[in-house]
Amino acid sequence: MATAGAATPRPYVATPRRGPITRLLEDERWLASALLLPTIVLLGLFIAYPFVKGVLLAVTDTKVGIPGKFVGFDNFEKLWHDNIFHVAVYNTFLYTAVTTVFKLALGLWLALLLNRHFRGKAMVRAFILLPFIIPTVLSTFAWKWMFDPTFSVLNWILYQANIITGRVNWLGDPDLAIISVMVVNIWRGVPFFAITLLAGLQTISPELHEAAAIDGARAWNRFRHVTWPLLLPVTMVVVLFSVIQTFADFQLVYVLTGGGPANATHLFATYAYQIGVGTGLLSEGAAVSLAIFPVLLLVVIIQLLYIRRVETV
Amino acid sequence: MAQVAIRNLNKMYDDVHAVKDVNLDIRDKEFVVLVGPSGCGKTTTLRMVAGLESITSGRILIDDQVVNDLAPMDRDIAMVFQNYALYPHMSVYDNMAFGLKMRKFEKSEIQKRVQDAAEILGIQDYLKRKPRQLSGGQRQRVALGRAIVRHPRVFLFDEPLSNLDAKLRVQMRVELKKLHERLGTTAIYVTHDQVEAMTLGDRVVVMRDGWVQQVGDPMELYNEPANLFVAGFIGSPAMNFATVRITAENGDLWAVGDGIRLKAPAAFANSLGPYTGKEVVFGIRPENLRIVPDTDPAEMSIDAIVEVVERLGSEILLDVAVGPITMVAAVEPTVRAKVHDRLRLAVNPDRLHFFDIERETAI
Repeated sequence: MATAGAATPRPYVATPRRGPITRLLEDERWLASALLLPTIVLLGLFIAYPFVKGVLLAVTDTKVGIPGKFVGFDNFEKLWHDNIFHVAVYNTFLYTAVTTVFKLALGLWLALLLNRHFRGKAMVRAFILLPFIIPTVLSTFAWKWMFDPTFSVLNWILYQANIITGRVNWLGDPDLAIISVMVVNIWRGVPFFAITLLAGLQTISPELHEAAAIDGARAWNRFRHVTWPLLLPVTMVVVLFSVIQTFADFQLVYVLTGGGPANATHLFATYAYQIGVGTGLLSEGAAVSLAIFPVLLLVVIIQLLYIRRVETV
Repeated sequence: MAQVAIRNLNKMYDDVHAVKDVNLDIRDKEFVVLVGPSGCGKTTTLRMVAGLESITSGRILIDDQVVNDLAPMDRDIAMVFQNYALYPHMSVYDNMAFGLKMRKFEKSEIQKRVQDAAEILGIQDYLKRKPRQLSGGQRQRVALGRAIVRHPRVFLFDEPLSNLDAKLRVQMRVELKKLHERLGTTAIYVTHDQVEAMTLGDRVVVMRDGWVQQVGDPMELYNEPANLFVAGFIGSPAMNFATVRITAENGDLWAVGDGIRLKAPAAFANSLGPYTGKEVVFGIRPENLRIVPDTDPAEMSIDAIVEVVERLGSEILLDVAVGPITMVAAVEPTVRAKVHDRLRLAVNPDRLHFFDIERETAI
């Protein structure tokens, strides 16, 4: 072939000679498998394997350094009677429900404001994202200082404003602690809602609002009859993501309270960590984290079904 | 039923003066078309009438009531948008009923009105569908229906046909005309298409760079354009222009240019007189040129060489070279002209136009 002169054009070869691998990849079934392989390996290694391992751990009595034996549902039965677990379950549901409502309301409000035209809009939009961009652990440490009973800037402000007379122990009081943790979660979660809902709002043609305005709909009716129904699919996706994330939240509580005071602020994840890693009862920790699974599965199924219904209507 | 008056209307966006001193009186039941190239301020004017755009200065009156500070909903107008602006999550019925629901009409009245409008527009069978299940033409009808059911004082149309294909556009144009005749509601219609403007409008307002250029009925604009812009904008194919010098010979005025030597008709004697020795723009529409034998007197004709022959069926468009410029002549379909042919084109002396070269106004 190399001797073929430049002057004589090489004849067109319909099926040039190929290596065995090339020939194999010409077949779509093989090609598809080859392209899927990296994803399957990654998902298998980092999602499926740990999940299966977790399930297997949860039905043994494995401790750190001690390979356990099969004990069936003993771990789950134990949890059933575990008061701290009850608190963690209650906390997780409360935490998720309250923060999601606030994040949605505040996020939607912010998104509606940011969807208007004003000077410095781009700057404000960038700033809104800050709580979302800063690493959670760092910002949570900042909050921890603000909640500190002695050095609390919050206490200082409230004291100066004559609203309180003594120190408020934000993270030391069980009720205040869970509220404080919720506040930080809302602060951190609002930007995600705001920016995503803003993106959703921008897909709604301004002409629709103009048409509705001419049709006689005042601001509230324009929101209710035009904006909200058109934003609903996006809202459902955002809420779905947020619920999953909030339900499995760990960092905030771990940094702020570590589950305390007196286990009052434990969530599924922090309690699983405390038992599994802190105490070394790997199997019981696995059982706690596995207890989230059916709940999340249900949430995902319900919301995906709802989204599909909204989108096909 | 209403009349609309626009008084010294201006719109400024930051540093852009979009609408400049627009004055317009729209009579009851009149169909007025605002036409002009994009950016001429026609849509902005319409949106100010609708209340969707604030007014920088001037006044808009509907039935002698100043509506400057009225919200769109309180002006009793209905608008049809370029992209239809149908509510995508509502059925056709709900789209049409929305305005009535917002205005708290009785359910039975809403039903009656929507049914009536649907019948007029031939969309009774689609009332339960969602807009996305409809074709462009059907959506357009729904948008019209939404406007009709309200029985508003004024219809506002913002380029409603521009998203339809050519054939459908012609069809909808006719239907719009019929609809207006049937309902008799005052209408303001914005378009950039001069054919649409001419066919639909009782009167046409030609705009450019925010200024109103001319207001008149379609034939008035066509026959007596006020300036060079209107002359070139109205009519298809466009009017031919050439720069000529006015000379006086033996008591007659002549328009002389490269390849052109025409005797100005007596009617122009007074108005063209002051331009003697000066250059003006001479204009003649393609349909006012016709092929004549070489023996015809040269004082009312132009010698030309055929460059392109466009056979349209009903007529033939000849692109001809007249000296250094190109003109278009619309001639009978029976004409057998070939490229490079030399022709003598007679001008219709009643159809000559002259324009001041600086001010661009008609002479």
